[in-house]
Amino acid sequence: MGFQPVKFYQTGTYTVGNRLLAERSVQAGELRSNSINSGHRACQGCGEALGARYAIDAAMAGSNNQLIAVNATGCLEVFSTPYPESSWQVPWIHSLFGNAPAVATGVAAAMKVKGRKEVRVVAQGGDGSTTDIGFGCLSGMFERNDDVLYICYDNEAYMNTGVQRSSATPPAARTATTMPVGAEPGNPFGQGKNLPEIAMAHGIPYVATATVADLRDLEYKVRRAMTIRGARYIHLSVPCPLGWGTASSDTIRIARLAKESGMFPVFEAEYGEVTGVSKIRHQVPVEDYLKPQKRFAHLFGKTPHPETVARIQAIADRNIRKYGLLEEGSN
Amino acid sequence: MLKQTEGSKAVAEAIALCRPEVICAYPISPQTHIVEALGEIVKSGELTPCEFINVESEFAAMSVAIGASAAGARAYTATASQGLLFMAEAVYNASGLGLPIVMTVANRAIGAPINIWNDHSDSLSQRDSGWMQLFAETNQEAVDLHIQAFRLAEELSMPIMVCMDGFILTHAFERVDIPSQAQVDAYLPPFEPRQVLDPAEPVSIGAMVGPEAFMEVRYLAHAKQMQAIERIPQLASEFREIFGRDSGGLIRTYCTEDADTIIIAMGSVLGTIKDTVDEMRAQGHKIGVLGIISYRPFPLEQVKAALLNCRRFVVLEKSLAVGMGGIVATDVRMAVTGTGLKGFTAIAGLGGRPITKASLHKLFREAKAETLPPVTFLDLDWDAVNKQLAREKQTRRSGPVAENILHDKGIVSAKFG
Amino acid sequence: MFQIRVHGRGGQGVVTATEMLSVAAFEEGRHAQAFPSFGSERTGAPVVAFCRISDKEIRLREPIMEPDAIIIQDPTLLHQIDVFAGLKPDGYVLLNSHHSIEALGLAELVQGRRAERFCTLPATELGLKHVGRPIPNVPLLAGFAALSGTIRLESVVLAINERFTGKIADGNIAAATEAYLLVKQMMEGAHAKAN
Repeated sequence: MGFQPVKFYQTGTYTVGNRLLAERSVQAGELRSNSINSGHRACQGCGEALGARYAIDAAMAGSNNQLIAVNATGCLEVFSTPYPESSWQVPWIHSLFGNAPAVATGVAAAMKVKGRKEVRVVAQGGDGSTTDIGFGCLSGMFERNDDVLYICYDNEAYMNTGVQRSSATPPAARTATTMPVGAEPGNPFGQGKNLPEIAMAHGIPYVATATVADLRDLEYKVRRAMTIRGARYIHLSVPCPLGWGTASSDTIRIARLAKESGMFPVFEAEYGEVTGVSKIRHQVPVEDYLKPQKRFAHLFGKTPHPETVARIQAIADRNIRKYGLLEEGSN
Repeated sequence: MLKQTEGSKAVAEAIALCRPEVICAYPISPQTHIVEALGEIVKSGELTPCEFINVESEFAAMSVAIGASAAGARAYTATASQGLLFMAEAVYNASGLGLPIVMTVANRAIGAPINIWNDHSDSLSQRDSGWMQLFAETNQEAVDLHIQAFRLAEELSMPIMVCMDGFILTHAFERVDIPSQAQVDAYLPPFEPRQVLDPAEPVSIGAMVGPEAFMEVRYLAHAKQMQAIERIPQLASEFREIFGRDSGGLIRTYCTEDADTIIIAMGSVLGTIKDTVDEMRAQGHKIGVLGIISYRPFPLEQVKAALLNCRRFVVLEKSLAVGMGGIVATDVRMAVTGTGLKGFTAIAGLGGRPITKASLHKLFREAKAETLPPVTFLDLDWDAVNKQLAREKQTRRSGPVAENILHDKGIVSAKFG
Repeated sequence: MFQIRVHGRGGQGVVTATEMLSVAAFEEGRHAQAFPSFGSERTGAPVVAFCRISDKEIRLREPIMEPDAIIIQDPTLLHQIDVFAGLKPDGYVLLNSHHSIEALGLAELVQGRRAERFCTLPATELGLKHVGRPIPNVPLLAGFAALSGTIRLESVVLAINERFTGKIADGNIAAATEAYLLVKQMMEGAHAKAN
């Protein structure tokens, strides 16, 4: 697992200086590649920008800087390439919204045919391109076990176009397009898809979830993925201050609450079987996660909906049971 | 080497001689035999190195080709009909990015009603996609055009569709001269990309382009095709030097010098038209044929020059601009603007309706007599049309049109025309 | 130009037959064009395929509506389709059946035509006997070579060897040879009758 074997005694905090660790993080290392340079146009507190920076730098470290990146249409693509400026210090191509996995397959095939096995390919997109419009191409890439690492930056809606629902939008979350569906203002229960599990069902060599609340774990998972050949998938939770209605300064905190509440299980899997889980350190009720987010404000306003919150808690509880997210004996 | 072989197989052999490095395969009739035959060639080890990728859709086929081409590999795929429409977004993307992908389109109608037979609706629907489109008259020409297409595409860094009539050519066994590897190697140099994804020299490809630069990017795509107008005849003559035969070029004329009436068409129907014209010439009619090989870029000047001495022309096309008339005819009329030539449009062979010499004789005679309406639908069954129109007049819930017509026409398997 | 239409059912090798016929003609240095009727027919459905043979380049792409010869691979089609449609007055007909033309009730069709150009051949039986499969196409091709003289038996054998290898090729060649001889014999009988 990604967690350091070092035992920390100052529980409740992650603010451990790097000096305490045996190995520096990629991001703290003097050799970090700065694959996504500063100066891009992401919003303040953007979880995706942070996650992509750590993920791609880790992928560079894991490929001896021999990396080609493919990008689906979306926030990351738009904010990183306001041409003639480009944040990308790696060879980078953007084709369409729904075809990043297939374009990556093509790049990987070209590298193979040219005998450049050292060059690795990473494809990336948001949850809209990954779980919806590009899902067919993603499944095809998985099924063929093409040598591509696909990273989904999941902010749980179409943020680039102004916060519309995707199939990764959680129940009860308010978006620009959930209003007309169902009796409640938020996204209906019983919809959406669990892409990490769908990826696992393809039997691909490596699937992991990660969160910007634990960037060391993200780096570890990307580097681990880069040691494997074949189709690999990392599903990264990246809060969006704009779409979630949270303070820019709260991105990491919200991401941590998603994990600590059980709403976003963090695990890794090989060939369809879960091999490791990041345990919840201090379990919190889902209310703590939902309340700071304006997209869930309708659950807590003048007419609160405790029954809806309870339904969400049930989802978290099921995740906790299913993945064994609680340490034995804790809480 | 002379061979009696299937069109698809001959094309597959020609493509293999062009040494594609990435081939994306997805089945759709009538293109499937091409990628199947290529698969066999790859499996045999004759074509190496080559990655043969079974994709999950045509959209993926074109997308994989985009990735491969952008990473510096010679990329190929083939499609038809619904497949071309399914990949349309990626088709525009490939040309927008300036990637020299070569794709065979085994021309087939577009549904609904679903129809697997030949017409030109599919590639003509991608008229403005920025792809060049070359139409083959015979399987020999289909073979030769693919070799020329890789050369032209890579020179200009723009993609090309080689269009061959589905079934009529793809499934026809006929005599084809398959070139040698040495000939193709002498004609087609290795792919030198203008842009390439390479960690040694990182570039960003596919950035957002705003109003400040978009027009210029689009104009340059147009300019590339204008360059192709110059290059296509030159490449055809270079082809003749190495391969010893005439193939390709922008247009091809047949008996046009003294013709008062010229028939214009694309693809395999030119053969039937030429046979008809021979028979009519034997009866003293001054009639000729103009075949358009390069539909995009459209050779306006060359078409005008070929028509200048005639009195009238008929554009016989396997496509229909619903609500307007001819698609190719529009371009031809543009070419002859100001000449005062009389032009007719004949929509023919939609959805695989056979185009027979008997019908062509009648059509051409009416054209000569100038008794044709501006737009004609060759061999249209007016009874069936009028019956349906009457049905629609009679009752609101008149039902699905296609099924009504089929019902009126009776059992299809009893016919073989 | 000599034009042949082959009728049969999906799975009987109708398309293969015309393709092999075109290969046989090609082997004789002639131009040939074979093409199917382009259906999406499944096994058992009526199938039509065409072949043109000429000493000049073949440019014509219309279906064959007035054939010089018709080969019928399945006699049950007689009740379903007008297989003889457009047959030229001096045309050839070769039918896969162990019954005679008369026994099949086709005497009327032959009237006013050249009777010696009508022939039946137990091609399915020949296929079973030599190849072990009820595929009548190759024996019919050889029978057609004997009946019409349009192509030689040796060319049919070349076409067989191009398409098949080993035992299947050998079996097909044996079936073709026997079919060729059978039709030749029947024709001699017919000629004797006609004289």
